[in-house]
Amino acid sequence: MGSLRLKSAILSLLIAFLLVGAWALATQATSTKVAISAEQAEYAKLMGKDPEAAEQAGKSGFPTPADLGRTVVRQLAHPFYDNGPNDKGIGIQLGYSLARVGLGYLAALLIAIPLGFLIGMSPLVHRALDPFIQVLKPISPLAWMPIALYTIKDSSASGIFVIFICSVWPMLINTAFGVASVRREWLDVARTLEVPALRRAFEVILPAAAPTILTGMRISMGIAWLVIVAAEMLVGGTGIGYFVWNEWNNLSLTNVLFAILVIGLVGMALDLSFARLQRAVTYVG
Amino acid sequence: MSADDVVMPPLLAVQGLTKRFDGAPEAVFEDVWFDVAKGEFVCLIGHSGCGKTSILNVLAGLDSASGGHVLFDAREIAAPGLERGVVFQGHALLPWLSVRGNIAFAVRSRWPGWKRAEVDAQVEKYVALVGLSGAIDRKPSELSGGMKQRVGIARAFAIEPKMLLMDEPFGALDALTRGTIQDELKRIVRETHQTVFMITHDVDEAMLLADRVLLMSNGPRARVAEIVVNSLPVDRTRHGLHHDPQYYRIRNHLVDFLVEKSAGLAHGKAPSRPLVVTPGLVPDDATDSVAPLARRSA
Repeated sequence: MGSLRLKSAILSLLIAFLLVGAWALATQATSTKVAISAEQAEYAKLMGKDPEAAEQAGKSGFPTPADLGRTVVRQLAHPFYDNGPNDKGIGIQLGYSLARVGLGYLAALLIAIPLGFLIGMSPLVHRALDPFIQVLKPISPLAWMPIALYTIKDSSASGIFVIFICSVWPMLINTAFGVASVRREWLDVARTLEVPALRRAFEVILPAAAPTILTGMRISMGIAWLVIVAAEMLVGGTGIGYFVWNEWNNLSLTNVLFAILVIGLVGMALDLSFARLQRAVTYVG
Repeated sequence: MSADDVVMPPLLAVQGLTKRFDGAPEAVFEDVWFDVAKGEFVCLIGHSGCGKTSILNVLAGLDSASGGHVLFDAREIAAPGLERGVVFQGHALLPWLSVRGNIAFAVRSRWPGWKRAEVDAQVEKYVALVGLSGAIDRKPSELSGGMKQRVGIARAFAIEPKMLLMDEPFGALDALTRGTIQDELKRIVRETHQTVFMITHDVDEAMLLADRVLLMSNGPRARVAEIVVNSLPVDRTRHGLHHDPQYYRIRNHLVDFLVEKSAGLAHGKAPSRPLVVTPGLVPDDATDSVAPLARRSA
C-alpha cells in the first residue's frame, strides 16, 4: 500500500514535469529575428510600444511557465491589495466568490433539506412536486440570470440567487432519496419504542440518510463552484470570475492562467472537505 | 402450565384474527385464536407463508389485521407500544450507534425524564445481562451475528416491557451460537419472569424455551390448529432435554404435525378453536396421541 502511494506520487510528478516541459517548449522564443527599419521603430515608439519588445516578436504570445511562476509569486506576495474597482488582489476576489457561493449554498441547504425530508416521507408530496423538479432541474442556472437581475435588481444578489438555484437540486433530490430509502426496520424500531416524530426525524432518519444527503451536498458544492465563475463573468464587479474576465480584457493571459490554477485548487479543497464530512457520517450496515 | 388454571384474564388474547391482502382470493390466516398468560413463554411454529410474521407484526402494532381482535391487558392493540418489546428477525440495530447508543436510544424512549447516569446504569445492567460488557462501545458492524442479536435482545429487555415479541430471533445464527443464546435467553427469562411470544421454526428451540407451543396450519387461511403443552420439567436444559422420556413424544408430535398434518389443514380446514394437547403425558402405547384433552374457548 505504502509503495503504491510512493509509486503513484512519483508518476504524478513525472507527468507534471512532462506537461510543464511540453508547455515550456511550445512557448519558447524562436531565434528568428525580424528586422525592423528605423521608420518602423519610430512608429512603434509613437504608438507607445517598446521597439525592443518588437525585437522579440519571435516569442510566442502565450505565457511561459516562468511567466506564470513570476505572476504567482507577485500575486501571492500581496493577495489583499485594493487599487480600485478593476485592480484587486486575488485574495479579495476569492473572498467575494466564496461569500457568494456560501450564501447561495446555505440558502439552498435551508430549503432543500427540509423540503427533501417532506418529499422523502410523503409519496403524495413526492408525486406532486416531481414534475416541477424534473422541469426546473435541467435549466442552466445562467438562464435565470436575466430574471434574477430584473426582479432582484442587484447584481451581487443575482449571483447569489444563481448559486442557490443550481445547488438546490442535487441536495433536494438526494435528501428525498436518502429519506425515502431509510430501512423499514429502523423505522419500526422507532415505532415500537414510541419515539416522537421530531426525535425520529433527528435521531433515526437524519443519521440514516446522512451519507446520501452529504453526497448531494458535495455534488451541489461542486456545481456551485463551477457556476460562480460563469455568473461573475456575466455580472462583473468582483469575484474570481470577474477577475478572469477582466484579465482577458487586459490581455494578461498569465493572470488568467493564474486564476484558473487558483479556481482549481480552491475547488479541490472544497471537495476534499466535503469528502471528509462524508466519511464522518458514513456507517457500515 | 396452562392459562386455564389462571383466574386472571390473559395478558394477551387473540380473538378471531384474520389477515387478507388486497386482491388475494383467500386470507393468509383466518380466525386465529390463542392467548398468552402473564409470565408464560409461548412459541409459534408453522411453515413459511402461514403468516407468522404478520401475526407478530399485528401483536406489535406495526401492522393491522383485516378482522378479529387483539386484546393486551384487556385493551385493543391499535399501535406499537413500549409495553410490548420487539426483537426483530434481522436484529435491526442502528448501525451508526454503538451498542451503548442503541440500548440508550431505547431506554431514553421508555423513560424520557431520566438523567444520563440513570440511563447509563440501565444500559450497562442489560449489556452485562447478555454478557457484552466488553463490547459496549463497539459499533454493530464490529460485532458477530450472535453478538448483534444479543444486543437486540438486551435492547428489548432494557425497556422492561410487559411482553416480549420475538420474530425468529436466532434464524440467521449458526447452530453453536444459537444454542448458547438460547441458554442465555432461558436464563434471563427465568430471572425476570418475562412474558414472551416467539416465532420459530426450530422444534428443539420451542421445546427448550416454550411453556406452550402453538402449531399453525399452512396458508392460505392458516389457523392455530393445536396448542401443545410442554410438560417437560421447568428446569430442563439443552443438554439434558433429549434424555427425558417425554422428549420424543412431544418432539414426534410436533414434527408429525408439521410434516404430515399442517398442509392438509390449509384453506381453513383446521378447527377454528385450537385443540390443546399434552403429548408428553400420553403413554407410548396409546394409539392416538393427539386426542384432544380439552377444547378451549375464549
